[in-house]
Amino acid sequence: MSLDLPVIFAVLMGAAILAYVILDGYDLGVAMLMPAATADEQERMVSSIGPFWDANQTWLVLGVGLLLVAFPAAHGIVMAALYLPVLAMLIGLMLRGVSFEFRVKAEGWNRGMWNWLFWFGSSLASVAQGLMLAAYITGFEPGFGFFLFGLVVAAGVCGGYVLLGATWLIWRTDGTLQRKAVAWTHWGLFWVALGVGFVSLATPVMSETVYHKWFDFPRTLGLMLLPLASGAAWLWVWHAASRVRKGTAMPHWAPFAGAAALYLLAFAGLAYSLFPYVVMDRMTIWEAAAHPSSLKVVLAGALVVLPFIIGYTIYAYRVFRGKAPAKLYEH
Amino acid sequence: METGEALLLARAQFGLNIAFHILFPSITIALAWILVYFRVAYALTREPAWLETYKLWTKIFALTFAMGVVSGVVMSFQFGTNWPGFMNQVGNVAGPLLAFEVLTAFFLEATFLGIMLFGMNRVPGWMHLTATVLVAAGTSLSAFWILALNSWMQTPVGHGWADGQLVAADWWQVIFNPSFPYRLFHTLLASALTAAFVVAGLSAWRLLKTPRDATAARTLRTGIVIAAVFAPVQAFIGDLHGLNTLEHQPAKIAAIEALWKTEKGAPLVLFAIPNAQEQRNDFAIEIPNGASLILRHSLDGELKGINEFAPDAPSVAPIFFAFRVMVGMGLLMIALSWYGVWRTRNRAVLPVWLLWTFAAFTFAGWIATLAGWFVTESGRQPWLVTGILRTAETAGPATGAQLGASLTSYVITYGLMLITYMVVLTHIAGKGAGGELSGSGPLPEGAAV
Repeated sequence: MSLDLPVIFAVLMGAAILAYVILDGYDLGVAMLMPAATADEQERMVSSIGPFWDANQTWLVLGVGLLLVAFPAAHGIVMAALYLPVLAMLIGLMLRGVSFEFRVKAEGWNRGMWNWLFWFGSSLASVAQGLMLAAYITGFEPGFGFFLFGLVVAAGVCGGYVLLGATWLIWRTDGTLQRKAVAWTHWGLFWVALGVGFVSLATPVMSETVYHKWFDFPRTLGLMLLPLASGAAWLWVWHAASRVRKGTAMPHWAPFAGAAALYLLAFAGLAYSLFPYVVMDRMTIWEAAAHPSSLKVVLAGALVVLPFIIGYTIYAYRVFRGKAPAKLYEH
Repeated sequence: METGEALLLARAQFGLNIAFHILFPSITIALAWILVYFRVAYALTREPAWLETYKLWTKIFALTFAMGVVSGVVMSFQFGTNWPGFMNQVGNVAGPLLAFEVLTAFFLEATFLGIMLFGMNRVPGWMHLTATVLVAAGTSLSAFWILALNSWMQTPVGHGWADGQLVAADWWQVIFNPSFPYRLFHTLLASALTAAFVVAGLSAWRLLKTPRDATAARTLRTGIVIAAVFAPVQAFIGDLHGLNTLEHQPAKIAAIEALWKTEKGAPLVLFAIPNAQEQRNDFAIEIPNGASLILRHSLDGELKGINEFAPDAPSVAPIFFAFRVMVGMGLLMIALSWYGVWRTRNRAVLPVWLLWTFAAFTFAGWIATLAGWFVTESGRQPWLVTGILRTAETAGPATGAQLGASLTSYVITYGLMLITYMVVLTHIAGKGAGGELSGSGPLPEGAAV
């Protein structure tokens, strides 16, 4: 049996990007919520993501690395078409990363400025990622309509990250901050409903390929399970967050798990819309793939190393389980 | 927009990015192992001062590491934005090497750094020590893979052709290509020296603020001793690296030595202004037969000149000068570290002028590293992969305007980041001085470095 290497790598790349979006999504979301919190709450919010953000961001490097390694022909096209939003995202991620480190390490020195840069960098990166997503799913079509579409998607992505950040805070904090996080979760859900709903309706209108994939009878009947499941996940997050606030029996990780499920479903829908294209309507994964000899080597390496990565990532999450301390440094 | 100008901008932007990025790994690769030393010293002695030292330098490490990570993320995108031709042509070799770097090194470093920084009260001591070792191993592994790729681009072997594409025929040969061992050790030693001078320099800065700080005096000596041990080793390895380059990339050596024409008994040009127009050196100060003696170990050994390689020869003057900056910094570092060892024997207190000198040399390793990097990468031009792929063939469709906009954004962002980094580093180092646990009494007996 011969392996369909491009499909395997498309799945691996998708998994890395999904891991990035969920994991760094909560970092970016927490950062975007900073202005809504008091100084003490900000310390705790930073403390809740401190041990994780660096490794979370590495999934982006893996995702883009896999695009580069497995689909070099597409990497060039995608990066050239997304030149400016990628630039904005990179500047945003740089500001986010260094202002986080400077803020923590300088212990109080110029905190206001680091806070602002941390918020600004994270917001810039999130907006840029929204613009990238919008351009990607519409096949990099130019024009004002597509730009407006991009702005709406960007708002949806920001709302989605806020949702992840807020549910993360429900999980990792308690008291007033946790109650605030429940309210933020409800806001985030509102934005996500608008964003995901808009994208789901607009994409078939803007792309004929997507329209036929979703609305050709009879498969549309089976496919409608996806939006139904998303609706159920949405209701579940709302319900779970409300129960945490009321103090009724509900594990504090439940809203975050629901939000992650929501992402998984939305991501599955996107993946279905795109497959088998790696550049929408222009290049399939088989056309873009690197030579099989090269893919086999990477796959062998990934199969050996990925279990270790997953293993020690789980270990790190176990080490830092439970509620975040009030300040990042415990000494 | 002319393609020539766009190519120049693409090179300037990528060069700026790598030059900025390389500053931080050049510190963290070796600083990670120095942290292992501090951590082991604490595990063995249980002396609180070692713990304080460890914590202070972990912060400096984390800050430097974050700078390296964020600029490294930019690079992972720029491979595609600036040089799409690179991946299209040699991606089957370069891709897996980059993928292995991400898989084996990046996650390891990033994950265990979290445990190292924030997990000390959450994991057993042995686990915390293991995390420190794993972070160090991760930074070194990262250097291993990226230098394997870089060396392959300099001296490519082990590849073949299949289905019209360049592929790796023998991965062992690709990785352990002729220049790889020399470049790897040369770079690791460069990091050892860079980190040693950062440790010595910031410790000297702390001593200037709090003269009786015993932990700062101890780390000052740590930095000086590491530099004194490794600086001469670096000179030796650098020489071997040069001989290896002569064998595989003679054009680079011709540029380094500003040797325009093939000569028997070529002189060692100490200083000159290379004149590309007339293919000769102005104002040259030379040692007769010196280059032949060093590179051929014979007074009348033959060295190939630029004339043999034109038009595929690198431009001479920038490489010639950068090489002399690197060697000059190296000699200064040997002299200063040896003098420092001599002056700190018997744990003597250094005079203020010498502390200022070490503080001024905090980032001396950066200058030597950047100069060396410039020599090796410019010396490879006009090739991106020697003999296989020209730099000009790989440039992307990005327009001059796009490149100009991004170059400007990067220059501003990097400039601000670099200044802030240096200010925060000095701030942390200064604040670390005279902390309640660091003590200001004499060093306890047996706490030798």
